[in-house]
Amino acid sequence: MDSTSLEPSLYTVKAVFILDNDGNRLLSKYYDPELYPSMKEQKNFEKNVFNKTHKADNEIAFLEGMTIVYKSSIDLFFYVVGSAQENELMLMSVLNCLFDSLSQILRKNVERRCLLENMEGVFLVVDEIIDGGVILESDPQQVLQKINYRADDNPLSEQTVAQVLQSAKEQIKWSILK
Amino acid sequence: MIKKFDKKDEESGSGSNPFQHLEKSAVLQEARIFNETPINPRRCLHILTKIIYLLNQGEHFGTTEATEAFFAMTRLFQSNDQTLRRMCYLTIKEMANISEDVIIVTSSLTKDMTGKEDVYRGPAIRALCRITDTTMLQAIERYMKQAIVDKVPSVSSSALVSSLHMVKMSYDVVKRWVNEAQEAASSDNIMVQYHALGLLYHLRKNDRLAVTKMLNKFTKSGLKSPFAYCMLIRIASKLLDETEGGHDSPLFDFIESCLRNKNEMVVYEAASAIVHMPHCTARELAPAVSVLQLFCSSPKAALRYAAVRTLNKVAMKHPSAVTACNLDLENLITDSNRSIATLAITTLLKTGSESSVDRLMKQISSFVSEISDEFKVVVVQAISALCQKYPRKHSVMMNFLSNMLRDDGGFEYKRAIVDCIISIIEENPESKETGLAHLCEFIEDCEHTVLATKILHLLGKEGPRTPQPSKYIRFIFNRVVLESEAVRAAAVSALAKFGAQNDDLLPSVLVLMQRCMMDSDDEVRDRATFYMNVLQQKQKALNAAYIFNGLSVSIPGLEKSLHQYTLDPSEKPFDMKTVPLATTPITEQKTEIAPIATSKLPEKLAPSRQDIYQEQLASIPEFQGLGPLFKSSEPVQLTEAETEYVVRCIKHTFARHMVFQFDCTNTLNDQLLQKVMVQMEPSEAYEVIHYVPALSLPYSQPGSCYTLIRLPDDDPTAVSCTFSCTMKYLVRDCDPNTGEPDDDGYDDEYVLEDLEVTVADHIQKVLKPNFGAAWEEVGDENEKEETFALASVRTLDEAVGNIISFLGMQPCERSDKVPENKNSHVLFLAGVFRGGHDVLVRARLALADGVTMQVTVRSSEETVVDVILASVG
Repeated sequence: MDSTSLEPSLYTVKAVFILDNDGNRLLSKYYDPELYPSMKEQKNFEKNVFNKTHKADNEIAFLEGMTIVYKSSIDLFFYVVGSAQENELMLMSVLNCLFDSLSQILRKNVERRCLLENMEGVFLVVDEIIDGGVILESDPQQVLQKINYRADDNPLSEQTVAQVLQSAKEQIKWSILK
Repeated sequence: MIKKFDKKDEESGSGSNPFQHLEKSAVLQEARIFNETPINPRRCLHILTKIIYLLNQGEHFGTTEATEAFFAMTRLFQSNDQTLRRMCYLTIKEMANISEDVIIVTSSLTKDMTGKEDVYRGPAIRALCRITDTTMLQAIERYMKQAIVDKVPSVSSSALVSSLHMVKMSYDVVKRWVNEAQEAASSDNIMVQYHALGLLYHLRKNDRLAVTKMLNKFTKSGLKSPFAYCMLIRIASKLLDETEGGHDSPLFDFIESCLRNKNEMVVYEAASAIVHMPHCTARELAPAVSVLQLFCSSPKAALRYAAVRTLNKVAMKHPSAVTACNLDLENLITDSNRSIATLAITTLLKTGSESSVDRLMKQISSFVSEISDEFKVVVVQAISALCQKYPRKHSVMMNFLSNMLRDDGGFEYKRAIVDCIISIIEENPESKETGLAHLCEFIEDCEHTVLATKILHLLGKEGPRTPQPSKYIRFIFNRVVLESEAVRAAAVSALAKFGAQNDDLLPSVLVLMQRCMMDSDDEVRDRATFYMNVLQQKQKALNAAYIFNGLSVSIPGLEKSLHQYTLDPSEKPFDMKTVPLATTPITEQKTEIAPIATSKLPEKLAPSRQDIYQEQLASIPEFQGLGPLFKSSEPVQLTEAETEYVVRCIKHTFARHMVFQFDCTNTLNDQLLQKVMVQMEPSEAYEVIHYVPALSLPYSQPGSCYTLIRLPDDDPTAVSCTFSCTMKYLVRDCDPNTGEPDDDGYDDEYVLEDLEVTVADHIQKVLKPNFGAAWEEVGDENEKEETFALASVRTLDEAVGNIISFLGMQPCERSDKVPENKNSHVLFLAGVFRGGHDVLVRARLALADGVTMQVTVRSSEETVVDVILASVG
């Protein structure tokens, strides 16, 4: 919270991470190589942030000289980190975009299992919203359009018998062809 | 199986994680199916996801295995599955730094980047730029230029952002894309606009004129993107700050107009920019404060937080501007977000009246344990500011602080509290005893060595002068028994001070010292032995020199001198006077209350400014043999701010010489200056011995030239002198764009302002923590006294300020602060005169229709006393 004003720059986001309700990292990206360069420091930071934030859903916190905006859903915690001088509302717009985009590709099931099942989609969403710390897109509709990804229509558990048979056939075919 | 979810796992509850027990080797094994034909997109996709997941978890991949997986992955470009391709791009980016030969995918990526599939183009550009190095960049330059102006927004944005990333690596190449970026800036897409603006600014930020032009253009044309607006506001406020533009500037108008933007993000950015401007008047702040006031009642926590945090900053400088928001802030003190509540309360503490202090303190103590350390520090700082404002409240505050001190908390937090208590003690003599008592209690159980030593030092300084010094001895001696070496050593030093100051305690202190002499640590034993011997002499002068007032030399300087001495052994004993003095003695003034200091800068012993100069000067052959650098002055401007050449001078004083360092900057881009030197004409018996010219001074690159003069030997009282300065140089005109100079040049000169050398240039500030002892130590052998009338001065404060800046000496015993409503004051000043003579000044001031001043000077050298008195008169 230094009073010096911010150097004009597009590098807005210092880090973004998603934790589960035990504080374990599911995804995390650090964009400033000077901030927590080692994995140990990163996980330590995430632990501290989690301990301070998981009890009350307060939307915003200030820790270790960083402004952190966050949001939780069922058993997931989403965090966007910026410098102390950063415009909090910019960080909020990143967080909202991340959350809304994920909520769409996960068909509103924003919970740990569903997220992990669609991890590739999650990676792609984060990649479309932030590139190296620069906000690339903040409109969830645009993000979805760009990645063109939907959660599996037929998670395996809900596949019809016919489909299971079909896929079994395919597999046998390929194993013979090998 | 494509997606393996163990049924059992699933049943066991939320613990199911398809990635939980991933093993790197197994995943890499699986990656072999990348080579199968035909490619099974779903399986491959899943494996790529696993690899990225592992990398994300911090799993370490060796170069060989990463390279192997990477090469296998390249085959997946044959598949046309969209998601799979996108995951390939991600893998490329993730592995760019761990795998070798990543550039082999260049052609595939270039193909995707220029292909027909728009969904591939943007991400392909970003992946490509990640693996491209300077040499390869030329090859893709053409594609990048096209991509920047592409009509598909995602392509253009990707190209712009990637260009920005590459500016660090190859500025010169990216600079050539300015025109394309300019074109992109007028795009309809809001993100493209934002990214183009960011890139343009980054390429032009060193060229103030270009930035100004760019700002003019965009502020007039108007932008759609709120992000771009925020960026513009930041650029504008930076420019205002640099040019020290007044608040009638069109830039300020622009920022103010943004307060009426319909997007909250922009409004907040503008308000925050105005608040952070230096020298903002209350009237200019008012519109910003009123939008922040509106935000205080927003349902969005982030907005409330942002608003109250900014108001808190306003309150530090202009508490009255925030009073209008008091009601809104009152509503926030019960906010469920404790950060917001804390900020609201600390703001109210600054703006509210004395009567509300008790209530607010009560409120905050109810949840102080719930907030993070950062905010606890904010609270402590607010209290510290409050104590200065309402000294009468110190007992409430002290109580609160001592409670906080007992709570758990990190080092920063504890340090803030200790600093705050120390400052209260210094401000209010009547709170000294309670404060010291709290601190004593704290060090009984303190895990932070730094704080314990700091407090022990304070006890040593303040304790002996309290009515009952004996009660602190127990606390100090407990440290000797229980703590680590550093703390024990500090405790021994503190004990010695009690012994030196209080004769009746001396016998007991000596007994304790004797015990310390049996300590297991060398440092502790050494200190104890040393102090023991000094104390046994029972001589005031010895006590003053070795116990109360420590060394005042620069530590790095001492280290260097000692090293030099050991390299070059001689019969002569080491002379302390050859060591440069510390330039910035630990000031007794209370440190500025930094607005929530959370800087993470490591507090190492950085070489001081003077040590750097010493090094620089020593590297110039002409200046060798001048001895150690005695003092370097603050830079003096010798030109107006906005002239063709900007010159400032730093005066370096040596024992018998002075070196003037002229830092010159050439602000004309069509000129190259050569052989630049500053000719000096002294008014007194000073003699110019040598000029060291700056060989070449290209546009906007500062350079230094030096002038060496000898101080007059025969007349030591000639301390002040005026020099008329002229800068002489050879001009070669050159092309503003290429910087290529013409072959011939011509001589020219430029008249600079006169340079003054005053008595302050000959005196180095030295802090004597115990002035009285130092005064006795120097003795009255060379004491002289004179009385002056300062007719033009109206207040004691002004007189004190004038004397300090004129003599350039260090005020001691906090005597630079004149208590209110007093008609007389005594100022104590200490310093060292060129040549290493201690000099002490005691000035008694009396206010009666102008200020009358009686100056008493003591020094180890008689001429020095004369010099000072002569210069004052």
